[in-house]
Amino acid sequence: MLFSGLSEKLQDTFRKLRGKGKLTEKDVDSALREVRLALLEADVSYKVVKQFAASLKEKALGAEVLKSLTPGQQVVKIVHAELVKLMGETQSKISPVDNPPGVVMLVGLQGSGKTTSAAKLARLLKKNGHNPLLVAGDIYRPAAIKQLEVLGKEIAVPVFSLGKEDPVIIITQALKEAGKVGNDYVILDTAGRLHINEELMDELIRIKKKTNPLEILLVVDAMTGQDAVNVAQAFHEQLGLTGVILTKLDGDTRGGAALSVRAVTNCPIKYVGTGEKFEAFEPFYPDRMASRILGMGDVLSLIEKAEAVVDEGKRQILEKKLRSQSLTLEDFLEQLGQIKQMGPLEDLLGMIPGLNRAGKQLKSLSLDEKQLVQAEAIIQSMTREERLHPEIINSSRRRRISLGSGTTVQDVNRLLKQFEQMKKMLKQINALEKGKHKRRGMFPF
Amino acid sequence: MLAQFKKGLLKTREAFKNRFESLFGVNELDEDFFDELEEILVSADVGVKTTEKIIGLLRERIKKERVRERSAARELLKKLLVEMLDDNQQASLAVAPSPPTVYLILGVNGVGKTTAIAKLAYRFSSKGKRVLLAAGDTFRAAAIEQLDEWSGVVGAGIIKHQEGGDPSAVIFDAVNAAVSRGVDLLLCDTAGRLHTKANLLDEMKKIYRVIQKSLGEAPHETLLVVDATTGQNAIAQARLFQEAVPITGLILTKLDGTARGGIVLAVKDITGIPLKLLGVGERKEDLEPFNAAEFVEALLA
Repeated sequence: MLFSGLSEKLQDTFRKLRGKGKLTEKDVDSALREVRLALLEADVSYKVVKQFAASLKEKALGAEVLKSLTPGQQVVKIVHAELVKLMGETQSKISPVDNPPGVVMLVGLQGSGKTTSAAKLARLLKKNGHNPLLVAGDIYRPAAIKQLEVLGKEIAVPVFSLGKEDPVIIITQALKEAGKVGNDYVILDTAGRLHINEELMDELIRIKKKTNPLEILLVVDAMTGQDAVNVAQAFHEQLGLTGVILTKLDGDTRGGAALSVRAVTNCPIKYVGTGEKFEAFEPFYPDRMASRILGMGDVLSLIEKAEAVVDEGKRQILEKKLRSQSLTLEDFLEQLGQIKQMGPLEDLLGMIPGLNRAGKQLKSLSLDEKQLVQAEAIIQSMTREERLHPEIINSSRRRRISLGSGTTVQDVNRLLKQFEQMKKMLKQINALEKGKHKRRGMFPF
Repeated sequence: MLAQFKKGLLKTREAFKNRFESLFGVNELDEDFFDELEEILVSADVGVKTTEKIIGLLRERIKKERVRERSAARELLKKLLVEMLDDNQQASLAVAPSPPTVYLILGVNGVGKTTAIAKLAYRFSSKGKRVLLAAGDTFRAAAIEQLDEWSGVVGAGIIKHQEGGDPSAVIFDAVNAAVSRGVDLLLCDTAGRLHTKANLLDEMKKIYRVIQKSLGEAPHETLLVVDATTGQNAIAQARLFQEAVPITGLILTKLDGTARGGIVLAVKDITGIPLKLLGVGERKEDLEPFNAAEFVEALLA
């Protein structure tokens, strides 16, 4: 990441002011400048940032910041809260169908991820007990219809297509079909188009008039820059959007487009796409997005992911073991399995504040997925006795383990050494805590 | 040459022009000038850091050349941006001394790799060159069919495997076919991949190695496709792709919308990767070679 966290920058700003006594309006201005830069670096629209900074100033000038002993943190707190407020404080889901079938139209620029999102949404609806129908309305891009058909097959959701017919006719026929079969949601994939292409925008308007959709969702690439406002505004003015799907959030983009789009359309972000798999489709959490835009990492998502795979009972046992320093390779193996379940390592690391900035350094830490697999193989090639008492592993055992796991003796040595170091580290941490060193909070606030 | 790009810009030009006229119309060089310039550059996705750098350099030159008028400052700005984008790096594409020439096309998801390849193929086939396409995106559903349809439209051959196959194997076959069929140009399509996914970058490195091993000098160009609507993340994309394989140039796509593509200034400044081609529309003809002076003119039009 190119940009260090906002909270750190603000702390720097205010550190310079320490000992100055009372903070002035000018001091607040310099803090707001940092906020402004952080938002711009995150691709929030220039205009939106300007408005936001102005509204923020009034709040920041409030007595709480100026009197606070930690004005930097106070400002971050206010900024974060305001961002959350701007992005909609509650989660917003797809509207229920009163009068089936309900049409859900996906619209957006080329390459924003409409077809993939259509399939992901269909899968989610199906999982929740609905009976969706996918409709192939992209008659322009080569093989777009085929793409939807393949995806539909994989998730076992029917796909309606009429080849390169007028999309208005396609959706009309699809609705008839849905009425017969009893589909409740009809998800229409449309061709990618530029918001300034009048002819193609008109096609969407005709579809809207004909079908009176339940939802018109704009699909936006999370990596979009300053143009996000122009795109969102144009689509909203011409179609009256009901919501947004933000895609490709699994990269390292800060995703300021989320804020820009929300600010100009006032439409809620309903879902986010977080990977190439069908399940990588999640509800939108404004508070997490706010942290991400501010470069504070997505701690909450990380915690939730960990909670999803870590059994609470097992966790307590593990914690006990950690404290009593009786950790064995058996436990280590289980940990490796859990880490794997949480998804790609680099995704997890990116969610940890501070770490996402380390960038290159992280790579030298060599937290390679392959190494995890190797470590797993090595431990699996040990007997239970060896896992519980690694000290019995002599050179002939090492040779056997390396052969069994398809690794070298050096690899086995390395793993055992790493495990020893880990135990040592745990010992130190425990000692530190016992020494009543006040543990510093992981988060600045 | 940039007719399409300019046409695309026309629609939003008015708003932009008004701002620029206010910036350059008044001929007094004051702090407002720099504030407005900052807004224009940041709004074009140039990014805060590169914008600050540009303004810093411009201030120096203004001082050095004792410029006191906005109009003269504007000329200095243009010159500065042209220098930043084109430091004698040829925008032209490398061609192998003896065929086949091989280009590898890379990028994150949805930037327009396949379309860019089709346009590139047309550019060469319309000049009588024999072009072969390698359907290296074996991951995305129907990506192979998409390239297959294009191959017919632009008059190029295609080497393809099944969906879900090993992309390196397709590329390997394609390089061999290119040699045995004696084609002039082989264009290798690849699946979209985020620059943050180590396993996908490894797959890409393998593809690169396969080309290198089969044909010493190749790939003659390794082009990263960047969507003009992308914001600051394009810098991270360029950086991490470049760390994985040597990138020789950028293709900036979707310039027919309202996005200005100013991010290439930051990408060039930070990674040194030169811009080589511009995608300016949906037709097979809509690919233009990059020209710094014209690009800057259009960016600030």
